[in-house]
Amino acid sequence: MTKQIHLAAHFPGVNNTTVWSDPAAGSHIEFDSFRQFAQTAERGRLDFLFLAEGLRLREQNGLIYDLDVVGRPDTFTVLAALAAVTEHIGLTGTINSTFNEPYEVARQFASLDHLSGGRSAWNVVTSWDAFTGENFRRGGYLAQGDRYERARTFLATALELWDSWRGDEILADSGTGQFLATAAPGTFRHRDAFFDIAGQFNVPRSPQGRPVIFQAGDSDEGRDFAAASADAIFSRYSTLEAGQAFYADVKGRLPRFGRTRGELLILPAATFVLGDTDAEAAEIARDVRRAQVSPQTALMFIEQLWNTELSGFDVDGPLPSFDPVVSDTLISQGRASVRQFAKDPVALAAEWRARAEAGNLSAREVVIEVTGRQSFVGSAETVATTINELVQADAADGYIMVPHITPGGLAPFVDQVVPLLQERGVFRADYTGTTLRDHLGLAPLRRAEQTTAARAVAAG
Amino acid sequence: MVPTPAPLHLAVALDGAGWHPAAWREPDAQPQRLFTAGYWTELARHAERGLLDFLTIEDGLDLQSDDRFQADSRTDRVRGRLDAVLIAARVAPVTRHIGFVPTAITTHTEPFHLSKAIATLDYVSAGRAGIRVQVAARAGTTAHFGRRDIPPLEPDRLADPDTQRLIADHFDEAADYVEVLRRLWDSWEDDAEIRDVATGRFIDRDKLHYIDFEGRWFSVKGPSITPRPPQGQPIIAALGHASVPYQLIARSADVGFVTPRDAAHAAEIVAEIRTEQARAGRAGMTVHVFGDLVVFLDETKAAAVARRQRLDERAGAEYHSDAHIFTGTAIGLADLLQEWQAAGLSGFRLRPAAPPHDLTQLTERLVPELRRRCLFRARYEADTLRGLLGLGRPANRYAAA
Repeated sequence: MTKQIHLAAHFPGVNNTTVWSDPAAGSHIEFDSFRQFAQTAERGRLDFLFLAEGLRLREQNGLIYDLDVVGRPDTFTVLAALAAVTEHIGLTGTINSTFNEPYEVARQFASLDHLSGGRSAWNVVTSWDAFTGENFRRGGYLAQGDRYERARTFLATALELWDSWRGDEILADSGTGQFLATAAPGTFRHRDAFFDIAGQFNVPRSPQGRPVIFQAGDSDEGRDFAAASADAIFSRYSTLEAGQAFYADVKGRLPRFGRTRGELLILPAATFVLGDTDAEAAEIARDVRRAQVSPQTALMFIEQLWNTELSGFDVDGPLPSFDPVVSDTLISQGRASVRQFAKDPVALAAEWRARAEAGNLSAREVVIEVTGRQSFVGSAETVATTINELVQADAADGYIMVPHITPGGLAPFVDQVVPLLQERGVFRADYTGTTLRDHLGLAPLRRAEQTTAARAVAAG
Repeated sequence: MVPTPAPLHLAVALDGAGWHPAAWREPDAQPQRLFTAGYWTELARHAERGLLDFLTIEDGLDLQSDDRFQADSRTDRVRGRLDAVLIAARVAPVTRHIGFVPTAITTHTEPFHLSKAIATLDYVSAGRAGIRVQVAARAGTTAHFGRRDIPPLEPDRLADPDTQRLIADHFDEAADYVEVLRRLWDSWEDDAEIRDVATGRFIDRDKLHYIDFEGRWFSVKGPSITPRPPQGQPIIAALGHASVPYQLIARSADVGFVTPRDAAHAAEIVAEIRTEQARAGRAGMTVHVFGDLVVFLDETKAAAVARRQRLDERAGAEYHSDAHIFTGTAIGLADLLQEWQAAGLSGFRLRPAAPPHDLTQLTERLVPELRRRCLFRARYEADTLRGLLGLGRPANRYAAA
């Protein structure tokens, strides 16, 4: 059977992939940018828009990192405002389970779900670093190994809070004077190693019952967490082979948690460059990669891998001949990608040098090669065909498109690629439901099912 | 030449179906829609048609209760509420002039999160954001968070020194919280974003500042992840009924809501706040003191009294409030506001007993009457909430002079 494709849009983030130097690039903070982006996505009938998170400005060599976009709005607040200027599109926010408390996050998402008429989703992420913790009451209190455990119990607790209202409590019968059907709605008690809370949740059950749950973890633990409790995974495997392997692995874990394949969508992030022809698109893509890796940015990447300051280093010459500094102390803070570098920096540096030698590449050219290669490059026809083939081959259930220009970078995809997918009958011509669960093809929740999910999460 | 009287500032306080517990049963109430965006949008647009300065939205981190100290199990009252900051954010883009001052609890939440939330509310409203800070001392609320061991307030021991110290601690924490909000809002200078293609720099990092706040309850490093909001400093408001909260208003707020019994009491409260303001080194700064009033309004005083009695009968008890309750006509209310204004108040936060009726009375009867007396604006004269309140855009505390 032909699968229907799910498509979403990621508001460009604070990585070097976002090209702020392009003359067409607009504000990353003014509400008009968010409004334009969301309305473009809705014009394309996309499932949802997606916002990432970062709770401390990044630093390198002890200084605030200044080469990428810096600054973003509060996720909940901007999503609630976007609900006012859109009607259908889902609103997915990345919210940290480490620097928040379940009662507050549960009521913020329940409120967002009410205020958007059932369009909210939560991408549950975790962190442990003391660096980010310096902005919060508790500081960096969590051991790295505990972060999934806290995330798991945080989500289980939130599910209990959302389930504490069944949905039939409010009578609001002015004749009899009964507002509530029951005397103590929202009653809960939760106790585990991380949370010991009890009382009454104060937001009535929301249109979707709870937000759609996203997960982005990639480790074995993270995949189990997603298979147990998520409705969708935000993954990084946008190619055929890697995508199929991830897809098969995660979908294969579902039966263990009593779930079927349709209950968890795999949605990799994907970048794209369009042109009138494939050749033109390839040329534009090369220019975009050069813009994404300015000489200054190339130096920062090299410093991150070598884990040392290299002021005065010429990025148009060869890579450093010495090995990276192996240390638990990293010069770059607040950036998840650096952890990939830190796994085995000496081996990775050797790999970069081998690439340089094979292609006779300068240091900057190597960085351009190893970072920021776009997922989909070609004419609209080529990109539409590729996306459809990947989805039909079970490399994904759809993609979260990440444009490199804010806010206008999404429009070419919506105007050129989406209509081709619609013509082929693999993407909706119009919204057929009102909630994000509807758009994602997820069945409406009954309370019993949610309770099962809460138990599954709690049992791990 | 007749001196022009100082204009009054007017805010409306929104809370569920209204401030009277039987308001949700009124024929024009919409209790089934309390948890929808449409309900709040209509109220905000209504208040905006009346040219009000701002609206406030009550909130709390527990289920409403008629008992100040613990949960009750009533089924005849409105229970449940949406996050007030998110209601404001949802409504702001579909209004143009009115300010939004939602409530946030300082006792259990993170100042870093709230700072960027209100900065963002300021962006999505193009400069119309504020926040009313409130402490949460109820034991039930503490149990919802379970990570702080705060002794509960006990109704029969309120005068004990321990209880008084606890209350003072809650407000001292709120003052620290506000200090963190304000520092984070200033942690980016206005021109920090430079987009300098030649050097590849998006920001001038010398114009971003660590706030390095360290206090009894929390430490916050900064800078904010959100650039300085359009107003520079969104409005801070607080409600107070006694000296400890008056100190918070005087030390930290732009607008204080107070609950005088009469004009003489209003004068006393204003004098106390001004004294505290001077002690805190803020004598030269504008701190508005607004009188809070619950209002039952009608075309005649008899009709207002009858309506209030009918509501009380439905509620099964006479309505009491921390604020003075006014029952009468818009003209009578205008007289009272003018008298209290003369005692030193610069504005009022009116709590409609039962909107939409009492809100309509405010916008269609009270506002024209005040305008006739040259006490209220004929059109919105500014684009930001600070502008409506006569406050300039403040300099950044971290910017080099």
